[in-house]
Amino acid sequence: MVMETASRLPTVEDALALGLTREEYELVCEKQGREPNQLELAMYSLLWSEHCAYKHSKRLLRTLPSEGPHVVMGPGENAGAVDVGGGLACAFKVESHNHPSAVEPFQGAATGVGGILRDIFAIGARPIAVLDSLRFGEPSGAHARYLLDGAVSGISHYGNSIGVPTVGGELYFEQPYEHNCLINAMALGLAQRDRLISSAAAGTGNLLVLFGASTGRDGIGGASVLASAELQGGGDGDDSGQDMRPTVQVGDPFAEKKLLECSLELLERGLLVSLQDLGAAGLTSSASEMASKGGVGMEIDVAEVPLREPGMEPFEVMVSESQERMLCVVEPSRLDAVLGVCEKWEVQGAAIGRVTDTRRMRVLDSGELVGDMAVSALVDECPLYDLDPQKPSQPLYEPPVASLSLDATPLEMLLALLSSPNIASRRPLFEQYDAIVQSRTVRRPEQADAAVLALGSASDGPAPALAVSIDGNGRRVAADPYSGTVAAVLECASNLACVGAEPLGTTNNLNFGNPEKAHIAWQLTESVRGLGDACRALDAPIVGGNVSLYNEGATGPIYPTPVIGMVGILPDARRAGRLGFHRAGQEIALVGPLRPSLAAGELAKLCGQQLPDGLPEFDIGAVRAAQIAVREAVRAGLLASAHDIAEGGLAVALAECCLAGDIGAAVLLGDDSPDLTAALFGEGPGGFLVSGERDGLRRLGEGVPLQSIGTVGGDQLSIGIAPESAALSVGLAELAAAHSSLAELFA
Amino acid sequence: MKFGVLRFPGSCDELDALAAARRVGDAELLWHGERDLRGADAIVVPGGFSYGDYLRAGAIARFSPVMESVIEFAGEGGLVLGICNGFQVLCEAHLLPGALLGNANRRFTFRQLALEVVNADTAFTRACATGEVLSVPAKHSWGRYYAEPQTLEAMEEGGQVLMRYAPAQNFNGSLRDIAGVCNEAGNVFGLMPHPEHAVDELTGSTDGLKIFQSMRLAMEGARV
Repeated sequence: MVMETASRLPTVEDALALGLTREEYELVCEKQGREPNQLELAMYSLLWSEHCAYKHSKRLLRTLPSEGPHVVMGPGENAGAVDVGGGLACAFKVESHNHPSAVEPFQGAATGVGGILRDIFAIGARPIAVLDSLRFGEPSGAHARYLLDGAVSGISHYGNSIGVPTVGGELYFEQPYEHNCLINAMALGLAQRDRLISSAAAGTGNLLVLFGASTGRDGIGGASVLASAELQGGGDGDDSGQDMRPTVQVGDPFAEKKLLECSLELLERGLLVSLQDLGAAGLTSSASEMASKGGVGMEIDVAEVPLREPGMEPFEVMVSESQERMLCVVEPSRLDAVLGVCEKWEVQGAAIGRVTDTRRMRVLDSGELVGDMAVSALVDECPLYDLDPQKPSQPLYEPPVASLSLDATPLEMLLALLSSPNIASRRPLFEQYDAIVQSRTVRRPEQADAAVLALGSASDGPAPALAVSIDGNGRRVAADPYSGTVAAVLECASNLACVGAEPLGTTNNLNFGNPEKAHIAWQLTESVRGLGDACRALDAPIVGGNVSLYNEGATGPIYPTPVIGMVGILPDARRAGRLGFHRAGQEIALVGPLRPSLAAGELAKLCGQQLPDGLPEFDIGAVRAAQIAVREAVRAGLLASAHDIAEGGLAVALAECCLAGDIGAAVLLGDDSPDLTAALFGEGPGGFLVSGERDGLRRLGEGVPLQSIGTVGGDQLSIGIAPESAALSVGLAELAAAHSSLAELFA
Repeated sequence: MKFGVLRFPGSCDELDALAAARRVGDAELLWHGERDLRGADAIVVPGGFSYGDYLRAGAIARFSPVMESVIEFAGEGGLVLGICNGFQVLCEAHLLPGALLGNANRRFTFRQLALEVVNADTAFTRACATGEVLSVPAKHSWGRYYAEPQTLEAMEEGGQVLMRYAPAQNFNGSLRDIAGVCNEAGNVFGLMPHPEHAVDELTGSTDGLKIFQSMRLAMEGARV
């Protein structure tokens, strides 16, 4: 008989307040064979939340490709992993912390980094890199600037303090993110392939040891009422979700650093049966998922949990989202050794329960039973919902505010684009991050299209390296959820190609609005279809990811924003590609099947154009062929630079190559361009800007469409249509001044 | 020649320092809770956030058992290099004059910098030439070197300023562009930028290796 400590049983109204529907509450009663008590209801409400149960997305996610020759660990574990050779595996995953960051940007972003790092070391990998993907409202608004500054400081504080380099990222400013910013963090880790550990609990009688920070009242309800519902309030932006602040956790990177070293030493010494981090829904979700994966039961005594404050109710202990905690399964004979390692790292550890063969989650309070649930009911039997997708008949988003006229000169357009918040140099952000700790960083931000991390010392010979990129342009996805998502995946792979890397695997974070609305369901369904098609076409299976729904508030939904992270490998780190033009006299060429279009591009945005309904078609196979050709040319050392043509088109790409190399260029496009503006600023997948010696470019051109367009040199960028008729000509200093416009946001 | 690299809870760059030291000699990690320096010929106090930088950067680490031995070791003339957080620890331990304050730009800042070697006639710089410019990265929030004017004068006269930020490189606002200083005896050196992150062309530069090479040369009694 379960003890009832609260004075009354919770009612269906309590269940609704915790985010369950009436039908779900009735199903809980059915599973329990009675009405749940307060603790049980709290646990069900979290595990049956969108955040934990993926109840609106699971059926879609099952359509994604997750298998391939390199995959070592696929979706379902704390992070995915791919084989990178030499007996090593690379673990990686992206995760969101959107609503916490909208409520409290510093702690929201900091704990987002903390959470994704724990996912990596929970499978036994040492974290080696962090990337971040950020979305805010237009920076002209004070609230967006507050969120940006807070989030960047939070990421910087946490990542720097823990000794994991932040090697890359991306950032867009768009009005639909004004009240619902997106903070996605991706982490990579390295492990001996045979040392990766699962979270599946095993061994009846084995002990459950909770180690790390003590448990407090922070983050209660974070996964349900905060993460799995639309943000309330926020009409004028300044008070978005203030009353939700207590649901946001507070991070301590020093505690996490000790926890990281402690966890890795425990694994190194072979002391653990399984390991799991505590994230959303705290102990409730960690313990239940470990039990579910292992097909076992558990008994947890909340009185054994080290608490930060006295008098916490059992349900509070079970649902607290206090940060920097891990849960492991330990054979009883190894408990002393485990606690010894904890003591060495000044980390608190306590045996709080044991593994049983009942397949039930039983919660005790000083030995008295206070909750008893079937593990399968908690973890696997949450109802899944089919979406009701319907393409909207009206545009969902207001056109952006125009800041530029379509009659502007090409030079005015180029300078406006270079200084626009979505294209300007990210230096003021990435300079706040340590990009080099751990001594692997072969390509830092703005040195290449992807970050490159050496896998060993390459002083005296070829050593392989990892390459990683993160991308996702929400405006394009809003215009065309299918093609926009395919383009985002292709963009990641193009970035990898530019450093000479071949994709091994993909992770994704699906940031969308409320899936119970038909138009959001349509965005989500189409986007996932594009994600699957693109990853299949590139042989870059999805090994893990995350879904963040309900990203909307009073002012409407965010742009649908699938954020794609891709990891690749290159055989010789010394030949990793660079972005900047290198030496005067080298030739510049345009490579690949790019068909430049202004639709949904940055120029269209600056000119205040409404989003189009659909993007121009492109040929995934031809884009992939160009990626392979560029990758092989980089690997063969044929190119001095390689850069993917992205936001702002060819002209912006040229300016970026000039600025990165601190050298000018003279380019002649030829007068067969029907539309000069589109040729200069049009976007689309499959275009690369490369430079090198003539012979190298000729060899690249044997396998892929290549047009020689100019020469590196001087201190001007000039672009012409025909000889003697420059469309624009501008000094590097003027380009640099435009490109550095974000600095004022951090002044 | 053996380097001992300290490891505190919260150290971040200790393995980088260990790997850099191993390019010129033997090296091993020394745990903060131990007093035994295990026969190290030179000590590196690495970068990071020892004890989470709680209270004040370096303020807690200086009281650790291993630092008691390092203070004694330095008193006997042993070579001690403090990098970034290690520099802060050495100032807190009064092995070096002055203090490191919050950056003038008020933010954690990571940049590859040009550093000018001011005095190449020391145990830490003898593989360099006076006036030589090294490319070494810096990354910190608390790097603004400060000392009383009289102290600064005495240090300049005594040749204790070993490295300066080259023109336009001093983002943290250090007085007199000071990036690294040694004690009067010349056997303890603190440097805000990270020479251990400039030891391989692959990751950007090899100029930082010269600091470690200098220490080896000094230990071997060699002269360049």
